[in-house]
Amino acid sequence: MTGNITLLGYGLAAIGPGIGIGLIWAAVISGSARQPEAKGMLQTTAFIGTALTEALAILGLVFYLIA
Amino acid sequence: MSLTLIQVPAVAASGGGGGSFETPTTAEFWQPLITFGGNENFAITRSSIVVLATAAVIGWFFVTTSGRLSLVPSRRQYYAEQAYDFVRNTIGRDVIGAKDFKPFVPLLLTLFSLILLNNVAGIIPFVQFPSSSRIAFPLVLTLIVYVVYNVTALKRKHGLIGYLKSLVPPGIPPGINILVFVIELATYFIIRPLTLALRLFGNMLAGHMLLLVFFLGAEYLLFTSPGLGMKGAGVVAFAGGVLMTFFELLIEVLQAFIFTMLAAVYIADAVSEHH
Repeated sequence: MTGNITLLGYGLAAIGPGIGIGLIWAAVISGSARQPEAKGMLQTTAFIGTALTEALAILGLVFYLIA
Repeated sequence: MSLTLIQVPAVAASGGGGGSFETPTTAEFWQPLITFGGNENFAITRSSIVVLATAAVIGWFFVTTSGRLSLVPSRRQYYAEQAYDFVRNTIGRDVIGAKDFKPFVPLLLTLFSLILLNNVAGIIPFVQFPSSSRIAFPLVLTLIVYVVYNVTALKRKHGLIGYLKSLVPPGIPPGINILVFVIELATYFIIRPLTLALRLFGNMLAGHMLLLVFFLGAEYLLFTSPGLGMKGAGVVAFAGGVLMTFFELLIEVLQAFIFTMLAAVYIADAVSEHH
């Protein structure tokens, strides 16, 4: 079996953002269950939060590609 | 399977020799069409054609639609108004604030429509190349956003000193003050533009590679590998590829939205009075 070990690094880098995005959307779901009228505002904020969290995984992917 | 053949002529040609499966690499994204002289690094590529075509389509759509507006909107005017309304109200007004958002709406609408069309070009039949998966495209757009939010902040916060002062929120004890300043400085000038460009680039590159793996794998299993079981797996892989195409559409729209949204967030930071 051959391959590039940097791919493992990307796999590790994706763990944190995975957990983070899960936490963000869990909070959005419970928040909009309690207060359905705030759903739109929560989602807008959550998309920004998701984008910021996801950046770490994207950085990992780019570092894998250039390594 | 002409779909796959159109998608990557180079790989389809080399993979049809009956050999082992060649996984797609990032080399598939460099597809020069017209080269100049012997210089291999400077060429009109497939992505540059897609960018020019999408820019022409957007220009044609908005100019001709806004040229003859009527009280009872036609179908095209309706779509144009929906797009404008979405960017103006949901992204511009809600994020930047009702006081300052107006000068930035043209920029945001241009960013949104250009990125959206260039992303969706990845799954439009016969085009099938997301030009945002070449780093140059998100990089230039990010450069524009970078200049806009920094110049706006310099104007609004009374010069460089005011801008740098505004990076640290008031009420932080001295000592930690400096630490926060360094972190904020790196965030504003390095991390923000870097992640803005890399997010769009990485998402589009990874998404397109995923589609390539699915469709090239399906093609290989169906036509090259022996055995009925493999052909069954090829059918499953093809169905998975079709499913992934719809998933990709979602990602593409979402990334266009997120890029514009974050540009608006950075501009909102620049125009706000306090931190």
